Amino acid sequence: MRGTLTVGAGVVLLLLLALFQPWLRFVSTIALSTGLAVLGIMLLLRAGQVSFGHALYVAAGAYTVAFLRPYLGEALLLLLAGAAVATGLGLLVGLFVTRYRDIFFGMLNLAFSMVAWSLLEKLYSLTRGTDGIRVVRPSLLGLGLDGPAWDWALFLLALVAALLAGGLVARYLGSPAGSALGAIKTRETRLEFAGISARRVLLQAYLASAALAGVGGAITALATLHVTPLLAYWTHSGELVFVAILGGTGHVLGPFLGAVVFELVRVHAAAAFPDAWQMILGFVLLVIILSAARGLAGLLDDLARRLGGRG
Amino acid sequence: MGLLLLLATLDGLAYAAQLFMVAVGLTLVFGVLKILNVAHGSLFAIGAYLASTLVGLAGAPELSLLALALAAMATGAVMGPLIERGLLARIYEKEHVLQLLVTFALFMILEDVQKLVWGVQPLFEDAPVRLLGQVEVGGIFYTAYQLLLLPGVAAVALVALTWFLRRTLLGRTIVAVTHDREAATAIGIDVRRVHLVTFTIGAGLAALGGALAAPTTSLVPGIGVQMIVLSFAVVATAGLGQIEGAAVTALLIGLARSLAVYFAPELEVVIPYLLMVAVLLVRPAGLFGRTVLQRV
Amino acid sequence: MSAPLLAARGLSLAFGGVRAADGVDLEVAEGEILAIIGPNGAGKTTFINMVTGYLRPQAGSIRFTGREIAGLPPRRIVRLGIARSFQIPQLFTEHTVLENVALHLAARSGFWAAFGPLLSAERRAEAMALLAGLDLAAVAHARSDQLDEGARKLVDIAMALALRPRLLLMDEPTSGVAAAEKHAIMDRLVAALRREGVTAVFVEHDMEVVARHADRVAVWSQGRILAEGPPAAVLADPVVRREVIGVEGAPC
Ligand SMILES: Nc1ncnc2c1ncn2[C@@H]1O[C@H](COP(=O)(O)OP(=O)(O)O)[C@@H](O)[C@H]1O
Ligand SMILES: [Mg+2]
Repeated sequence: MRGTLTVGAGVVLLLLLALFQPWLRFVSTIALSTGLAVLGIMLLLRAGQVSFGHALYVAAGAYTVAFLRPYLGEALLLLLAGAAVATGLGLLVGLFVTRYRDIFFGMLNLAFSMVAWSLLEKLYSLTRGTDGIRVVRPSLLGLGLDGPAWDWALFLLALVAALLAGGLVARYLGSPAGSALGAIKTRETRLEFAGISARRVLLQAYLASAALAGVGGAITALATLHVTPLLAYWTHSGELVFVAILGGTGHVLGPFLGAVVFELVRVHAAAAFPDAWQMILGFVLLVIILSAARGLAGLLDDLARRLGGRG
Repeated sequence: MGLLLLLATLDGLAYAAQLFMVAVGLTLVFGVLKILNVAHGSLFAIGAYLASTLVGLAGAPELSLLALALAAMATGAVMGPLIERGLLARIYEKEHVLQLLVTFALFMILEDVQKLVWGVQPLFEDAPVRLLGQVEVGGIFYTAYQLLLLPGVAAVALVALTWFLRRTLLGRTIVAVTHDREAATAIGIDVRRVHLVTFTIGAGLAALGGALAAPTTSLVPGIGVQMIVLSFAVVATAGLGQIEGAAVTALLIGLARSLAVYFAPELEVVIPYLLMVAVLLVRPAGLFGRTVLQRV
Repeated sequence: MSAPLLAARGLSLAFGGVRAADGVDLEVAEGEILAIIGPNGAGKTTFINMVTGYLRPQAGSIRFTGREIAGLPPRRIVRLGIARSFQIPQLFTEHTVLENVALHLAARSGFWAAFGPLLSAERRAEAMALLAGLDLAAVAHARSDQLDEGARKLVDIAMALALRPRLLLMDEPTSGVAAAEKHAIMDRLVAALRREGVTAVFVEHDMEVVARHADRVAVWSQGRILAEGPPAAVLADPVVRREVIGVEGAPC
């Protein structure tokens, strides 16, 4: 019940933000798509695993939109295609990386994403290298929109996707397989002695994470109408991990809370300190981890509990 | 064709030498601390940038080799203890995922430190290469620096490291901690000190790799990332913690990469990882590693 | 006599120079409760590890219901009907006791139903009943890392029982349990096993527990079976008394 209230409050807040100023509408859209990707990172963190390469799947979703746009004019179809390609790639890579844990899991993901980044930069004839690819604005549900109408439509699309994904992930986490993610973190061998393939449990989450990142990437591409290899670069993967820790892994709201705060701060800070942005993120990350904080979702939870206790 | 092959081999050797120095530091630190330092590549980069600065400051070309050595030692001696004492010592008992996140955070920080100190414009300082001149091999002229100095230093590093670990008391202490930390503590080994020393050596090796690489390439933001990913590929292919294995694998990957540069340039970035994946599919713990079963 | 449920023949496994199993032959009949005794390091856990697929024997065969299972992975063996508990409890420490058991109930069916809740009314009731049977209802909602050693041991067994095995192997179920509680716990456990018709093998250091609950006892020493038979006879055997029970001052 409290969860539904919080989600409702969050949605209203976002809508107000988006109403307030056009640029906030754009930022909110980006924040929601980041949140979608981070939701996937959160699933892996539940299993005690961290991927330093999930920007790969964001890029997969975004480039799919860019590559298919000349042949496909409908935003929803592009979005689905982005998710499908990212999931397919996730299966390919996931079958390999889910054999590993901890260091190997994190670093193999980083390695694959860096290979993809290099290819996106180098295969100029295909990807136009660092220039990236411009995306012509498609129609949405058959409506040719532009200007504020398009911004609104895309924002609402992102919001619907986020609500849908958040709801599905919450149910998944309450299911046996979702709950078993925590078992991978604490006592993986015991799962095998229960007759369950830990690898399959992790692969399922990995596929979900790739799909979520793909959707996030596709929305980003539709919002920015421009994709570049930076989408796959390690700094972007690092930001996804950062937001996951900032938001907290205890609740599906965490990734979105983290993403909204992150994108709002970034609009100002990244411009003010372009060469120190990663450094700031690194320091904040250290502080959160070393103080064993549970992220923004944790803070909210404590707050709610305290208010509840008083009232 | 023959000439190209020779060139590719020489390039590969020189590259493997750098790669080995960085990778062996990574694997040594992991063997003892059981932490994979994601920021290890940043130490390579800092070593490289500092070397380039010092070579510039030294002015006289004769001093440039000294400047390289100094850069490596300074980076290792300052960054090593700073990171181990200031950060890693706090997280030895924590979950793996938190350890990874901490060194990743450090990596984020150090990547920007480079930008803040040295800027984002490419730096190139090849005085040491020019100092040593060129030698003729099989009809081509090749820099003595890459042909002799780099592989030479790498070989010395390998021999010195194995000698140190097998023959000196401190080295054997380190090996003891690698094998069984509890037992080592029980017989009175100062594990804290072992951690500090090992990490400093590892940091020094990364910085040495960077300092030696500096005169052969232009320094740009992102070299540290390339290096951590590539040296991880080396140690993963060899098996985490394997020192001699890292040498073999560095050669393998260095040669394969430079062959690709000459004969299939579009594969250059992919080849090391294809090798790694192929090896790991057949031997999940790497060429020289062994899987240990946790006791239940 | 009908074919044994479990038949191990000539099982051998050495770790370097240590022969943890050195030609072990053992049969377990359907419905019986067998105790394994022997000093620390005799190879009792290794035997359980081989039967459950965690370790692959270097030689020998293991037949379960007539089928060869040596070398199969744990996951496959569990599905055939062999479950185990551990000398050091292996719990999902971020989950509650109830969830630990429910995950094992789910392992049998419905595990991959991605959107059905783990704690469905049905599963919750079944898990609570199982826990109540072992006197664990009071801790059902505690996080499993907040229990004392004895309770952890029991939860570990409850998880194995949730798999509804035909054969249950228990590695030192009563070590770490307060002496005063041992008999009460074993009474409940054995009653539950007999009621469900589960065949059981348990490693035990307390000879009173062995005498009271086992139908048969097998004595391990240095990777071999030194003696086996009814508890009264075996425990009275002077060789066994000297070799095993004599050095058994402290349970290990
Ligand atoms: N995974 C392993 N690696 C090396 N040695 C082992 C391993 N497992 C057991 N051993 C050795 O095998 C012998 C038997 O051990 P174990 O079966 O645990 O004995 P018990 O359970 O009877 O106390 C011991 O000497 C033990 O040290
Ligand atoms: Mg034992």
